[in-house]
Amino acid sequence: MSALLEVKDLETQFKVRAGKLHAVNGVSFSLKQGEMLGVVGESGCGKSVTMMSLIRLLPPSASITNGSVMFEGVDLVKANKEQINAVRGSKIGMIFQDPMTSLNPFVKIGVQLSEGLMYHKSMRKKDAYDRCAQYLDMVGISNSRHRLEEYPHQLSGGMRQRVMIAMALVSEPKIVIADEPTTALDVTIQAQIVDLVKGLREKLDTSIIWITHDLSLLAGMVDRIMVMYAGCVVEEANLRDLYKDPRHPYTIGLLNSIPRLKNNENRRLRSIPGQPPNLLQKPASCPFASRCAFKTERCDRENPGLESVPGDDGASGHRIACWADTRGRI
Amino acid sequence: MNAEVKQPKVLMKVENLVKHFPVRLGAYGEKKAVVHAIDDISFDIYRGETLGLVGESGCGKSTTGFALLQLYKPSSGKITFDGLELTAMEEKALRPVRKRAQIIFQDPYSTLNPRMTILDAMAEPIRVHNLLPEKEIPARIAQLLDDVGLNFSFANRYPHEFSGGQRQRICIARALASNPEFIVCDEPISALDVSIQAQIINLMMDLQEKYKLTYLFIAHDLAVVRHISDRVVVMYLGKIMEIADKKELFDNPKHPYTKALLAAVPEADPDHERNKSRVILTGDVSNAIDPPSGCRFHPRCQYAKDACKKAQGPQLIKVAPGHLSACPYF
Ligand SMILES: Nc1ncnc2c1ncn2[C@@H]1O[C@H](COP(=O)(O)OP(=O)(O)OP(=O)(O)O)[C@@H](O)[C@H]1O
Ligand SMILES: Nc1ncnc2c1ncn2[C@@H]1O[C@H](COP(=O)(O)OP(=O)(O)OP(=O)(O)O)[C@@H](O)[C@H]1O
Ligand code: SF4
Ligand code: SF4
Ligand SMILES: [Mg+2]
Ligand SMILES: [Mg+2]
Repeated sequence: MSALLEVKDLETQFKVRAGKLHAVNGVSFSLKQGEMLGVVGESGCGKSVTMMSLIRLLPPSASITNGSVMFEGVDLVKANKEQINAVRGSKIGMIFQDPMTSLNPFVKIGVQLSEGLMYHKSMRKKDAYDRCAQYLDMVGISNSRHRLEEYPHQLSGGMRQRVMIAMALVSEPKIVIADEPTTALDVTIQAQIVDLVKGLREKLDTSIIWITHDLSLLAGMVDRIMVMYAGCVVEEANLRDLYKDPRHPYTIGLLNSIPRLKNNENRRLRSIPGQPPNLLQKPASCPFASRCAFKTERCDRENPGLESVPGDDGASGHRIACWADTRGRI
Repeated sequence: MNAEVKQPKVLMKVENLVKHFPVRLGAYGEKKAVVHAIDDISFDIYRGETLGLVGESGCGKSTTGFALLQLYKPSSGKITFDGLELTAMEEKALRPVRKRAQIIFQDPYSTLNPRMTILDAMAEPIRVHNLLPEKEIPARIAQLLDDVGLNFSFANRYPHEFSGGQRQRICIARALASNPEFIVCDEPISALDVSIQAQIINLMMDLQEKYKLTYLFIAHDLAVVRHISDRVVVMYLGKIMEIADKKELFDNPKHPYTKALLAAVPEADPDHERNKSRVILTGDVSNAIDPPSGCRFHPRCQYAKDACKKAQGPQLIKVAPGHLSACPYF
């Protein structure tokens, strides 16, 4: 089956006072219809900027300097304003990481939620409001009719996040990009949201990209996981392989840092020592080298590309960007 | 252990705290109503401890944090901080207290002034309280940024130039800038990847040891709460359901709501997650405008009896030393 979304060699930079900040450095991936892809990676590694680049919702200081994003036969990198507007919101819905930046504080929730339905789907106000209330119910917000008449500051943090989720889902897009959608939600509501999204996928064959730092949450949800570091994809694998057989040293470190509910008595958590590289230079060698326990001399010279893992014929789709064979060395 | 000898000292005493928000309902705001965000809660925070505060989205956690620091005037109740009755004090008299008691807000965007560089934002509390001579401020800020894993070269940038997790860490560093004794941490690490979470949790525990800090730690991630807290308070719809030592609460939860909450925690293991049948709490979720009579959890409690619906809800009762639960049946 061919891909619904195909991203190739995407590069995005910011103009900053000190020069250029290389936020996304050659990201490639594809997404099939009905597929659920998880994206994880260190804070600042370029997850949000990658997704904003896909739908070209970037600030003026940013530019896409290379690559293509193919969706329904159109390269979104080159698409004109009308083409992009037709895709954004109605075909590719986005749940933003920071609810307060995307919700207008002076406009009632109902007006903000129903806008897309009235504009893209030409629904009448009453029908649009009915549908919005129904979606608020589905994300677990009680008294939804009343909430539609409220302003964002009158909701709790988790409620605002769920309004964002409802806003992305209500127009039933083909692809939902969810950027840390459940960070403010407790586990019971998280579970409810996950079930809702899974249900939507079943019903409408929606494809989903789910960015999160919560590896426990992804474990029960996605088909495939992509791990990013310093603007690059460093590992990609199906769900089970990634948890049971992680190969990239960064992924291994990440999985070791998870606080567990069971066997939780030792006081200090394991973290990955050191800091990610300064992105003012585009990484020419392996970006993880300064923090890596498996580093060899080659790692400082050349940046590895994403290749099938050692011992794999490529059929599993398990790929890493690393010179080392980390099997059995952890 | 002899309880008489090692009597912990109370730093903050919360007695019968109530916070109601008057709101207007209906499309034209024609109907007045009251949101019962917190309804008569009492608890102590001991000096040097971390008190975890957990509960469903919208149950009143942030409101509690705000009220403790007098960022919201409570509707009624008494809050005493190190012998000072905050609820009886004027804003001017509270100023020295604000240096000693800080908050890390849930929403990092709303904390940081978009027109202030990170340097100025972080220097603000130092300048306001005259803590350091001007020329020593940059070095102090460099140290604080380093503590949270950020580079001093970031200091001249503006908030919008950062990723979600970077902003959250800036807020943590800013809260630490005035050397407070007590910090309300409202979901301080929920937008961070696990490795940086581990780094921040370790940092917070180190600082706590070094400076005898006291934390009220609001979070929905129970594994993190279990890791960092000494004691835990469980809230539901504006009321406290259970308070206990960390170990006691996780190993021996009494209240049906706490049990449901623990059962929903996902594990970072795909095999485990696929086979698990989640107990998702059903029934209408929190409605703080028209809270249920009696035990507020009764509409969703699988053990609810007629007596649970009676007007006067169950009070917190002692079920073991230091362990209080608001359900008389478990
Ligand atoms: N407007 C901007 N101007 C300059 N740099 C920016 C801007 N927005 C983001 N960046 C930088 O680009 C890099 C990637 O940011 P991005 O928001 O994609 O990270 P992320 O992976 O989503 O992190 P997080 O998990 O913390 O949300 C970061 O180093 C960030 O500082
Ligand atoms: N300024 C306000 N005006 C009206 N209602 C408010 C206001 N602030 C909070 N509320 C309401 O009070 C209740 C408790 O909100 P609070 O923000 O304390 O929840 P929370 O436990 O922190 O939830 P979350 O986990 O989602 O952040 C909610 O029903 C919310 O809608
Ligand atoms: S390429 Fe080298 S430095 Fe980079 S992750 Fe692999 S072993 Fe470590
Ligand atoms: S008091 Fe009744 S309704 Fe409340 S938790 Fe106990 S059994 Fe359930
Ligand atoms: Mg992000
Ligand atoms: Mg809150």
